[in-house]
Amino acid sequence: MTVKEAVPVLSVRDLTVEFVTRRATLRALDRVSFDVARGEVLGVVGESGAGKSVTGSAIIGLIDPPGRIAGGEVLLSGARIDDLPQEAMRKVRGKRIGMIFQDPLTSLNPLYRISEQLIETIRVHTDLDAAQARARAIALLDEVGIPAPERRIDSYPHEFSGGMRQRVVIALALCAEPEFIIADEPTTALDVSVQAQIIALIKRLCKERGTSVMLVTHDMGVIAETADRVAVMYAGRIAEIGPVREVVKQPLHPYAKGLMGAIPSLEGEAKRLVQIPGTMPRLSAIPPGCAFNPRCSQAFSRCHVERPELIAVGDRKVACHLYDESNAEIAA
Amino acid sequence: MSEAPFVEVRDLRRVFDVSKPWLNRVLENAPRQYLKAVDGVSFDIARGETFALVGESGSGKSTVARMVVGLLPPSDGTVAIAGVSMNDVDVAQERQRLRRRIQMIFQDPYASLNPRWRVGRIIAEPIRAFQIVEGEAAINNRVGELLTLVGLHPDDRSKFPHEFSGGQRQRIAIARALASNAEFIVCDEPTSALDVSVQAQILNLMRDLQERLGLTYLFISHNLAVVRHMATRIGVMYLGRLVEISDGKQLFSNPRHPYTRMLLDAVPDLAMTGKARDGVKGEIPNPISPPCGCTFHPRCPLVFDRCRIETPPVIDGVACHAVNEGRVAAA
Ligand SMILES: Nc1ncnc2c1ncn2[C@@H]1O[C@H](COP(=O)(O)OP(=O)(O)OP(=O)(O)O)[C@@H](O)[C@H]1O
Ligand SMILES: Nc1ncnc2c1ncn2[C@@H]1O[C@H](COP(=O)(O)OP(=O)(O)OP(=O)(O)O)[C@@H](O)[C@H]1O
Ligand code: SF4
Ligand code: SF4
Ligand SMILES: [Mg+2]
Ligand SMILES: [Mg+2]
Repeated sequence: MTVKEAVPVLSVRDLTVEFVTRRATLRALDRVSFDVARGEVLGVVGESGAGKSVTGSAIIGLIDPPGRIAGGEVLLSGARIDDLPQEAMRKVRGKRIGMIFQDPLTSLNPLYRISEQLIETIRVHTDLDAAQARARAIALLDEVGIPAPERRIDSYPHEFSGGMRQRVVIALALCAEPEFIIADEPTTALDVSVQAQIIALIKRLCKERGTSVMLVTHDMGVIAETADRVAVMYAGRIAEIGPVREVVKQPLHPYAKGLMGAIPSLEGEAKRLVQIPGTMPRLSAIPPGCAFNPRCSQAFSRCHVERPELIAVGDRKVACHLYDESNAEIAA
Repeated sequence: MSEAPFVEVRDLRRVFDVSKPWLNRVLENAPRQYLKAVDGVSFDIARGETFALVGESGSGKSTVARMVVGLLPPSDGTVAIAGVSMNDVDVAQERQRLRRRIQMIFQDPYASLNPRWRVGRIIAEPIRAFQIVEGEAAINNRVGELLTLVGLHPDDRSKFPHEFSGGQRQRIAIARALASNAEFIVCDEPTSALDVSVQAQILNLMRDLQERLGLTYLFISHNLAVVRHMATRIGVMYLGRLVEISDGKQLFSNPRHPYTRMLLDAVPDLAMTGKARDGVKGEIPNPISPPCGCTFHPRCPLVFDRCRIETPPVIDGVACHAVNEGRVAAA
C-alpha cells in the first residue's frame, strides 16, 4: 500500500460539538473520531439523539448557533476543512462533499424544474456550457434510474413520487462528482420496496465511482446490507466501530450487544427480544464515566468515574473498560 | 364444532370522496373522484391470537383498524366482535357494552393522551366511565396496579404526559387500554415511532400482557420483522386488498403471493445472507386510479393476460391467478 492511498478521504479527530443554552452547555458530540477510506461506506447507527445528524452537520460546517464545534478537527483527503472561512466551506459543500437527506424536499426547491436545479448545480461546479450541462443532467438522471429522463427532466419535484424524488436528490449530490457523500436517513421516509431500490442504487454508485459515503440511519438492517464498516453511537460518543459483519454478528460493547439483540429478525426463532432497561440519557443528564453505565449490566466501579476511550480489539475499536487488559479478570 | 371467531370481518369496504371542492369541479369540469381505501377485506381473529396486518404506506391498514373499532363507519361489509355486529342498529345497546372490551393503541402516544391531564386521571377515566371498580380508594388502587403492570411506578400517576419519554408514554397508553379490562386491543403501529431498544421493551411487554391476561390483538405494522415477532397469523395488504393471509411462520418460510415475495425480498437483511434484490421494481400506483384487474400486475414478474382483466379472489389464502392456476411452483 502506498502512502498516498492510506490517506483517508475523511478523517474526524476528537470532534466535539456543544449547544450553549441559558441553563447549561450541552455536549452533543464528545470527542468523536473515525476515518472513512476511499470507496468505503461507513454506516453510522444509533438511537434517536445519539448524535448521528450532528456529526454530519459538523463535518459540512452547518452547525448553527447556539451550537458550535468546541474541539477537534475534520480532514478531507488530508487537509483540514473545519477551520475554513464560510465562503470556502460553501464551495467544499456541494463540490467535494455531496449531501442526501431524509426528506428530498430539503434539497429540492419546489418552485424550480428539476432541469434548472441540476443544470445550475453542474454549471456552478464545472465549466460545462448550458447544453453540455443539460446532457450531463440527463445522463445522471438515467444513471439513478429515472425512466425517460430527457422527458422527465423538465418536471417539477411535486410531479415525482417520493422514491423518484430521492433519486433526483442523489443525482443532484453526484453533479460535481464529490469524493465524499453524507447520506442522513436517505431511505427512512420511503416504503420498504422503494428503500431496497435506493439502497441498491447507492451501493452501485459507490462501487462504480469510488465515492466514499457516510450513511447515517437508525435502521441496522440498512447498514448491514450497505456498509463496509459501522460506527455505533451512544450519547454523543462512539461505542464501537469496525467491520460491519463483526459488529452486527458479534458486537463487543454491551450497548451494541443489547442493540443487536433488541432488533426483531426475519431469521431464526421469534424469541423474546433482548431488553436494555431505561433509555438514552438526555444531554443535560449524561452520567459521569461511561455514558452507558446506568443501563449496563456489566458496569463496575471504574465505569462510574472514568470515561472509557476507544481501545483497539482486532479490527475494531471499542469504548468499554471491559476490554482494557488491566480489567481482564472482570471481563472474564 | 367450534364457536364463532372472536372477531369476524366480512367483505369490508371503505370509499373516500377525494373530489376537488365543488367550485373547482364546476369551473374545471372535473368529475367527482373516489378512493377505495379498503376494498373487500375479510378475516377472522380467534380469541387470544395476534392477527397482524402488514403492508406498505397507503395500503389501507389504518382504515381497517378504525372500522374494526368503530371509529369509522364502513361503506360496506360487516365487523362482528364476540358475535355482536358493530354496525347493526338493532344491537346498539349490546354494542355499548362491547365498547369496554375493545381498545385501541396508536403510533403516536402523545397525540392520544390528554396533555392537560395527569397520568392518574388519564388511566382512571375508563375505570370510572365503565364503572370497573367503585369508590375513590379502589380506583386509586387499580390505577397503581395498572401502572405497575406496564412497568411504571404507581407514583407516576401525578405526572403529566410530557414528562415521559416516547416509550413510557406508550406504556401509559397501554395501561389506559387495559383500564377498562379490555380483551381485544387494536394496535396501529404501536412501536413505529420508538427506538429499537424501547421498541423491544414495548413488544416484550405486549407479549407478556397477552399471556397473562389472554388478550387478543389486531396488530398493524409496516415492519415485517416486528410482525413476524408478534403475530400468530398475518394478512398482507396491497392497495386496499388482502393479497395473502397465512399462518405467521408459513408466510416467511413459504410466501405465496408475488407481492409478499417481493416485500420479503426487499427487507434489508440483518442476517446478511446476501439475498438477491433484483425482484423489487416499481412503486405503489396512485390509489385513486389503481391498475385494472389485479392491482399488482404492473409490478408482477408472473403477470399474464388474465391478470389485467380479472380481479383475483382470495382462494385458500392467496389472491393471485398464477398461484390459483398452479403456474408457480411452491417455494
Ligand atoms: N440546535 C440544537 N440545539 C440544541 N440541541 C440540539 C440541536 N441540534 C441537535 N441537538 C441535540 O444534539 C443531540 C444529537 O442530535 P442528533 O440530531 O445528532 O441526533 P440523531 O442521532 O441524528 O437522532 P435521530 O435519529 O433522531 O435523527 C440531541 O440530544 C439533540 O437534542
Ligand atoms: N379521511 C381520508 N380521506 C381521504 N383519503 C383517505 C382518508 N383516510 C385514508 N385515506 C386514504 O386511504 C388509503 C389508505 O390509507 P390508510 O391510512 O388506511 O393506509 P395505511 O396502510 O395505514 O398506511 P400507513 O402505513 O401510511 O399508515 C390511502 O391512500 C389514504 O390516502
Ligand atoms: S465501560 Fe462499563 S458501563 Fe460502559 S459499557 Fe463497558 S462495562 Fe458497561
Ligand atoms: S394475479 Fe397476476 S398480476 Fe396479480 S399477483 Fe397474481 S400473477 Fe401477479
Ligand atoms: Mg438525525
Ligand atoms: Mg396507517
